[in-house]
Amino acid sequence: MLLLILRRLAISIPLLFLVSIVTFVLEAFIPGDPASNLLGANATAAQYAQVRAALHLNEPLIVQYGIYLSGLFHGSLGTSIFTGNDVAQTLSQRLPVSLSIIVLTTAVSGTLGIVIGVISATSRRGVRRVLDGITPIGFALPNFWVALVLSSIFAVSLPIFPATGYTPFTDSPAQWLLGLVLPVVALTFAGVTSVAKVARDGMLQALSQDYIRTLRSCGIPRRSLVWRHALRNSGTKIVTVLGNIFIGALSGTVLVEAVFVLPGLGSLAVSATNSHDIPVVQGVALAFTVVVVVVNLIVDVTYGLIDPRVRIK
Amino acid sequence: MSNAGDGVRNIGVVGRFFRQPVSVIALILVLLITIAVTFASAIAPFPPLLQDLYRSLQGPSSAHPLGTDSLGRDVFSRLLYGGQTTLLGVLVGCACFVVVGVILGLVAGYFGGLTDRTISGVADTLLALPGIVIVLAVLAIFSQSVYASMITFGVLSSGGLIRVVRATVLSVREELYVAAARVSGATPARILFRHILPGLYAPIMVQLSLFAGICLAVQTGLGFLGVSTPPPAPSWGGMVGDAAVSLAQAPYYLYFSGGIIFIMTLGFAVVGDGLRDAAAVGSSGDNPLRRRLGLKGKSDQSVEPFAGKREDSPLLSVENLTVGFRSNGNFAEVLHSISFDLERGEIVGLVGESGSGKTLTGLTLIGLLDPDAEVMTGSCKLEGEDLLRLDERGMTAIRGRRIGLVSQEPMVALDPLFTVGDQLMEVLRHFTGGTRKSLRDRAVRLLRDVRLTDPESVLAKRPYELSGGMIQRVVIAMALAGDPEILIADEPTTALDVTVQAGVLDLLRELKSTREMSILFVTHDLGVVADICDRAIVLEAGRIVEAASVDELFAAPKHEYTRRLIASTPSLLEES
Repeated sequence: MLLLILRRLAISIPLLFLVSIVTFVLEAFIPGDPASNLLGANATAAQYAQVRAALHLNEPLIVQYGIYLSGLFHGSLGTSIFTGNDVAQTLSQRLPVSLSIIVLTTAVSGTLGIVIGVISATSRRGVRRVLDGITPIGFALPNFWVALVLSSIFAVSLPIFPATGYTPFTDSPAQWLLGLVLPVVALTFAGVTSVAKVARDGMLQALSQDYIRTLRSCGIPRRSLVWRHALRNSGTKIVTVLGNIFIGALSGTVLVEAVFVLPGLGSLAVSATNSHDIPVVQGVALAFTVVVVVVNLIVDVTYGLIDPRVRIK
Repeated sequence: MSNAGDGVRNIGVVGRFFRQPVSVIALILVLLITIAVTFASAIAPFPPLLQDLYRSLQGPSSAHPLGTDSLGRDVFSRLLYGGQTTLLGVLVGCACFVVVGVILGLVAGYFGGLTDRTISGVADTLLALPGIVIVLAVLAIFSQSVYASMITFGVLSSGGLIRVVRATVLSVREELYVAAARVSGATPARILFRHILPGLYAPIMVQLSLFAGICLAVQTGLGFLGVSTPPPAPSWGGMVGDAAVSLAQAPYYLYFSGGIIFIMTLGFAVVGDGLRDAAAVGSSGDNPLRRRLGLKGKSDQSVEPFAGKREDSPLLSVENLTVGFRSNGNFAEVLHSISFDLERGEIVGLVGESGSGKTLTGLTLIGLLDPDAEVMTGSCKLEGEDLLRLDERGMTAIRGRRIGLVSQEPMVALDPLFTVGDQLMEVLRHFTGGTRKSLRDRAVRLLRDVRLTDPESVLAKRPYELSGGMIQRVVIAMALAGDPEILIADEPTTALDVTVQAGVLDLLRELKSTREMSILFVTHDLGVVADICDRAIVLEAGRIVEAASVDELFAAPKHEYTRRLIASTPSLLEES
């Protein structure tokens, strides 16, 4: 098990470096001069030179990257060009918001998806057909559009849920949850259907195995065969798709945070993109990559827990 | 040299695709929208940027079929023109996706080794990167560039296609036609593109359609965020963004702009699914699993009056049993009206070659027939009660309690994710319940009954940690847990070593006497029949040709087929 974790980490460290290099190199392509962008038109030559020195803009690119890396190891991700705030601090403030959305989306999609998938695997043809029909519809609905429609119906016309804004869990759990209902619902549409499909296919495959027949011949009822044995044997496939849902929700949160004006990493990424605030964009890219790495790690560890044969390899 | 097989296969896929009405409708829709968008300048009634502030936010009318936006611009025209930018972006993304995915996938699958590992590593990395954030980072640099963002997204997503292409190439690499091409001196490039690629068209098209839908969703999302196309040029996503602002006054605007995105994405997804279904061969209409789990629904035949148990009547009486398989409307009979009895406490061998229907007989008795199989006529009376008239609930009560089953392949007979103890105790709990400790004790006793040394350690093991012989004993233990009167042993020793075989046969013999159990021993091996059975029934092509006690059978076989079977059994020849 430990070996599994170490191996996954060994692959992930270069990935983080790669992302930091990519965003750093892209920065070199920005048209215009960061110093003059920052100071504006009415800067004196002295101020200009001062800013350039402070931003290390006169050094070769490699040195600049080295300075950036050493900053990273000291826990510093730079400061925002636009707001002057410490990037790391901004990220840590916004991370819980996005994580709330993503984790809830994955949990809801997963639970609903598994239930629907299992029912679909053991249902009559008619029910299966209906579920097969709904799957592409769920997938095709643009999540930002669904968010807008939900907002217009359930937040504006019928003021049940807040249309904008986020309440931290520590302030008021009830309000925190209320504010997240619509964003999470908007994102689960696409996720539920793919979980359901994978769960169904996994169940069908597992239920056609010999060990199911052995247990059935001993009189074990269908309920146990489905929920205890077939489901666990589909476990690794379901966990894989849940990991994908999680990572998909990372992209999705960028959009729903815009619709519901939630102060998360997604809306930060968009505003930083629009204002060419490179340190912030870099910080968000790194943060997202770290999240992806952690999720993949959790998925791998879960594989090992579900199917011990994976641990042996 | 060309591969006629691929051409035929691809035509088959296309043919099947066009026989699916939903897929065809989706394809027509996608094509219609694409064509309308391409000829926007000819179809659109207004230029996309033409403002008419006196007519802002009006609903659909004769002049403006889909209404106007906040600046009085015609929504219908802007949707058409906006489609050009949007769909062009999707095209760019798809092109990158296909080019990178196919080439890298082909190279990785064909050349293998370090090349494969490197490319697979790249594919995994691409898939691990958070796509939309990288795209946003690119847009931070190349602001408002649809091409930059879509090229990036296409390349990032190609990891999935690389995997699919690579997997398919790996599976066809060793095919005969590839080897033939190699021998005839074709270069790798020629082999890849002329011989291997045509077989990949179907999976590539499936992945491409699905990706087109995702690409459209991302492209419109970026447009909605305002980072993709600079205003005032229209894009579908941007129009949804506009509509969001004036949601209260003009809800129709939101539904039209979102609707077109939805329809197009749905179209791509349905086409992709349709291609996938068309490419998958041999799908049966009904859900085979429902029947496999016995969910056929209640039998509509009336229950026969209970005949009553008589001590001198056989335990199991099979009469005129006819079973066959149904596929594509045709019915093929496999068992032709067979009849036999099973008395208490006897071991009867059901002998025949492969395909004689002996396994089918055993499965029919315990109600575990394949979904395609059907019982046409006949009865199987267990102490007077006809098993074939029972519904699934009735059969579940019979299984394990009155009839048990041991099958041929021990290595796949147990659930690999649970320990032996878990599964054995699950069965015991089903029959009697009790505390965990009492179940454990009984499990240990059962394992001792089947002559397993060190039962406690076996309980803690998982199936893949045990040998075939040991698993088979565990399976026998599970079959005995409910104390059944009949055990159907379907080739239980065929997959085992000869020495291990002897041990299992001894065990069965012992169990028959200690538990007064009847065993229906299904086998093709007359040597085993001579060893362990009291009586034997010979099955040839679904018909019983001879039934006699074992002594009589071997001493004076009456049927020609029986004689031939005896003659072809090596272990018996040595004795004679």
